Amino acid sequence: MIHLYQNNGYNIVLDVNSGSVHVVDKAAYDVIGALEEQNEFHTPDTLKSPETAAYLKERLGQEYAEEDLTDILEAAAELAGQGRLFTRDVYGDFIDEVKQRKTVVKALCLHIAHDCNLACKYCFAEEGEYHGRRALMSYEVGKKALDFLIANSGKRRNLEVDFFGGEPLMNWQVVKDLVAYGREQEKLHGKHFRFTLTTNGVLLNDEVQEFVNKEMDNVVLSLDGRKEVNDRMRPFRSGKGSYELIVPKFQKLAESRNQQKYYIRGTFTRNNLDFSNDVLHFAELGFKQISIEPVVGEDTDPYAIRREDLPRIFEEYDKLAKIMVDREKSGRGFTFFHFMIDLEGGPCVAKRLSGCGSGTEYLAVTPWGDLYPCHQFVGQEEFLMGNVEEGLTRPDIGDAFRGCSVYSKEGCKKCFARFYCSGGCMANSYKFHHSINDTYEVSCEMERKRVECAIMIKAALADA
Amino acid sequence: MKHIKTLNTQTLNNTVKKGGCGECQTSCQSACKTSCTVGNQTCENRK
Repeated sequence: MIHLYQNNGYNIVLDVNSGSVHVVDKAAYDVIGALEEQNEFHTPDTLKSPETAAYLKERLGQEYAEEDLTDILEAAAELAGQGRLFTRDVYGDFIDEVKQRKTVVKALCLHIAHDCNLACKYCFAEEGEYHGRRALMSYEVGKKALDFLIANSGKRRNLEVDFFGGEPLMNWQVVKDLVAYGREQEKLHGKHFRFTLTTNGVLLNDEVQEFVNKEMDNVVLSLDGRKEVNDRMRPFRSGKGSYELIVPKFQKLAESRNQQKYYIRGTFTRNNLDFSNDVLHFAELGFKQISIEPVVGEDTDPYAIRREDLPRIFEEYDKLAKIMVDREKSGRGFTFFHFMIDLEGGPCVAKRLSGCGSGTEYLAVTPWGDLYPCHQFVGQEEFLMGNVEEGLTRPDIGDAFRGCSVYSKEGCKKCFARFYCSGGCMANSYKFHHSINDTYEVSCEMERKRVECAIMIKAALADA
Repeated sequence: MKHIKTLNTQTLNNTVKKGGCGECQTSCQSACKTSCTVGNQTCENRK
């Protein structure tokens, strides 16, 4: 399978099944496109056949010199021989092996506080309460969660624990105590905890900052961008905006971490479809690690992204990608999480086939110790998998998640981006289709655009 | 090749045999929490 597209003046050929990216001239773009139309299962032999040469001459002989067509055809045959063009999808043959392998739990999302000091209008957790009551996780429950993780992690050394909420700083002492407990236990069990914190910053102070910098591998700082954008969706319960209080704290924290190992993370909605300006606003504030992603809302929510918004959103991603190339070339670059792509050292096929790991490698823990497939499923009782005391009592739920892959979802079968998103978010699939084995097409469309932009940026920087 | 420039040397096929150690970061823990972004994860074995 080959995906051809043009972006920012670059002709790009993605050989989907090998992950090879070719930047080509217009002649090669047209030739490879014609070859794909002729036979999507071309081999080096079929590419070298007289029939293929004749076909190309017939198709493109008016536009390009025969010498160019011959050169390109030879190059295509060589790339095919190297497994970089017209590569077959062989991974489906061992998807069963990947899916049936015994998985271990390696990451927990600890809902340290089902309570929040902001009242964000799009909050999937309903202002931190997750369809339930307000609650703080006790130290005892947290300890059992870490014990559960260690006991269920097999030989995995690196274990991830995200302190999440609600707002985790509303239960800060327990966070600190659990980190201390984790540091003690990791030595005893030959593990390494990577702690992370997701916070809205309201309670961030020097003491928190110092601890976070010492102990947290990553910190996610929630803010939506420009003041008016942020304050419209992220007010205090009183209605007052949160921007003025939070921005200086986040700037200070980011600097104190040498602009590394953090993300300033926002959500864009239908209210700010010009979200590239929010990304750039973060850059102007000095942030270097930026993530802004689309809201997921019900169709009835006025702020939800609708299908008709997609052309506008695509324009924004294109605009942002171009600006990022220019800034990078002039030494003012920054990272945008959703344009990050590692063409050389990215994840292996097994990881790409496994997806995000929710329900198997990754679980969420409620303040009272219940286990769910991920933070998005918390409060949906049909997904309650067990608790930290008794462990996983509903292995069938984990099996259902383990069975999902790009080969089990119809929407992925013909999608060029399937090895980059790995089938997408199962919570979104369930939200819109009542099945974890489906895809949420609006989200897929945006993901495809982001992959195209990310690859274009690589092409442009290689062209520098 | 004057018409074609290939950006990467690694191919996914090469990771079939040696991959799957599972030490890599869980995708959703990093910075998304709502949209699945696996392709930007780093392989722990190649660090």
